[in-house]
Amino acid sequence: MTALALKSYIAVVSTRFRTLLQYRIAAIAGIVTQVFWGLMKLMVFSAFYEVAQNQPPLSFESIVAYVWLGQCLFALFPYNVDPDMRAMFNSGSVAYDMLRPLSLYAYWFSRTLAFRTAPTVLRLVPGLFFAFVVLRLVGLDEWVMPLPPSFVAAFSFFISILLTVALSASIMMLVSISMFWLIDSRGMVNLMAGVVWVLGGMIIPLPLFPDWVQPFLSWQPFRGLCDIPFRIYSGDIAGFEIVGELVFQLAWVAILVLAGVWLMRRAQVKLTVQGG
Amino acid sequence: MYQIHVQGLTKSYRIAERQPGMVGAVKSLFHRTYRDVDALRGIDFDISRGEMVGYIGPNGAGKSTTIKILAGILVPTGGRCVVNGVVPWQSRISYVAQIGVVFGQRTQLWWDLPVVESFELLREIYKVPNNRFKTSLAELVELLDLSPLLDTPVRQLSLGQRVKCDIASALLHEPQILFLDEPTIGLDAVTKASVRGFIKEINRNRDVTVLLTTHDLGDIEALCRRVIVINDGICLSDSSIDELRNQYVHEKHVVIEFGNSPCLESIHQDDVLKSEGTRITFLCTSDISDFVAQMTSRYEIKDITIETPPIERVVTELYESSK
Ligand SMILES: Nc1ncnc2c1ncn2[C@@H]1O[C@H](COP(=O)(O)OP(=O)(O)OP(=O)(O)O)[C@@H](O)[C@H]1O
Ligand SMILES: [Mg+2]
Repeated sequence: MTALALKSYIAVVSTRFRTLLQYRIAAIAGIVTQVFWGLMKLMVFSAFYEVAQNQPPLSFESIVAYVWLGQCLFALFPYNVDPDMRAMFNSGSVAYDMLRPLSLYAYWFSRTLAFRTAPTVLRLVPGLFFAFVVLRLVGLDEWVMPLPPSFVAAFSFFISILLTVALSASIMMLVSISMFWLIDSRGMVNLMAGVVWVLGGMIIPLPLFPDWVQPFLSWQPFRGLCDIPFRIYSGDIAGFEIVGELVFQLAWVAILVLAGVWLMRRAQVKLTVQGG
Repeated sequence: MYQIHVQGLTKSYRIAERQPGMVGAVKSLFHRTYRDVDALRGIDFDISRGEMVGYIGPNGAGKSTTIKILAGILVPTGGRCVVNGVVPWQSRISYVAQIGVVFGQRTQLWWDLPVVESFELLREIYKVPNNRFKTSLAELVELLDLSPLLDTPVRQLSLGQRVKCDIASALLHEPQILFLDEPTIGLDAVTKASVRGFIKEINRNRDVTVLLTTHDLGDIEALCRRVIVINDGICLSDSSIDELRNQYVHEKHVVIEFGNSPCLESIHQDDVLKSEGTRITFLCTSDISDFVAQMTSRYEIKDITIETPPIERVVTELYESSK
């Protein structure tokens, strides 16, 4: 793809992003819910840590960072589907997007990027304000979001989150394109949300799962959504290990994008042969 | 060298048949039966650069199917189709940058964007240079009277306003070819006239080739010197409107204003359609020049008008005869 072609897709992302920034009320409502759930989770975890017999594999401070990052970045994860996209793929009217001189996959990938990031940006500011400032003001120092231990951790976290965005979008694309073959896609999307929350580490941080599932957990792509960036942030993943984890994320992005492009091509063949 | 070359184009849609009842539903889980719908059964035509061609036919004739194939978003079952030297669906991305397509039935603008932002995004997508875009947009806004609509989100536009914006959006990148599928659907009389004028202007000024489908034959009369009629996936005729009239309607109405009340005994009374004093309307099924010569030789005549039948009648007759 040439730089000139890339410009078209950047315009798609930024236009969609600006449009979605208008939905502020929904974002405020969302962050209130997420803050509430964050407090609940921390209550449960602090009880658990008090009675724990031996040292859990993640420090309580890391848990606090893990929980607040999860709550603030909630909208980034592929738990729901862009309603526009659902309508287009369900009805087959996505065929009309082929009238534009764009790759159909790249076009919808761009829109997905905006759909994942715009609501996140809206929730981030009040969310972080609560986690960093409000909790300190009310004296809940134990639960205040910690800062990354080093510059390297902060910078690697930033890179890792960018990869999370790409990973999330590529997962969403696979789900959305498969809606094209399904008569009712709601079941699929609900299933997807469950898988994302559990295997990503949003419900329980992955290191707290029993040892016997760890080999499976460490290879599945959803780990790249929460577990990797959050533990890089807290310094739980550090040093040379970081590089390995970033490569892991990148590899899954590549695999899922290729799968999506392939699936989209199948859908396009069906669309152009059968006619929408 | 033709700009659009279509030869023996066929398209059949394959539809999964659903058997009725519970048993049928279970059966179809294991064994699907299909039915083929032949939408196009061998369409031929060639269109040269700068032509404006009407493409008409009754519902389900295959008009939209043809347009979709020409637009590169549908692959035909058989036949040839070359536009601007390329096969549309084979090099879709570079091809669609050179054409403009409007489906009056559905918008291609973004539902939640103000019109002007849709246009801006299209500028980026088609990589139109900024200054070219500005002049092109200014021209379109003026010709279609869009300035009051520019800041409105597309979802708030009325059907007619939306169709106008869709037409403008199909021309921002200055395509050489324009495919219009029912571009005057839902337009009021005034807007319809202005859109017709606009299409004519674009065809003349920019030398854009236009292929348009419509159910409003007024569009055809106002715009197209040439009209292709299809039904049931085959071409019924490809000619000028006048030829079409002469070919399919063998009767004309002749209105004669006589100098004084004529004595009509010698004329077959069945041929008189209307008689208002000295002004009499005849139905002429035989050779028209013979009839006129006969009348002028016998009577004193002030004025003769030959009324051509309305195009609707011609087309109805054509559709009926092809059943
Ligand atoms: N996606 C599709 N799947 C199956 N059959 C289709 C499909 N699209 C069109 N058809 C069938 O193909 C035939 C031609 O349809 P088409 O839409 O080309 O007609 P049209 O001339 O545009 O009609 P109208 O004037 O009603 O718009 C019809 O019999 C229609 O039922
Ligand atoms: Mg149609």
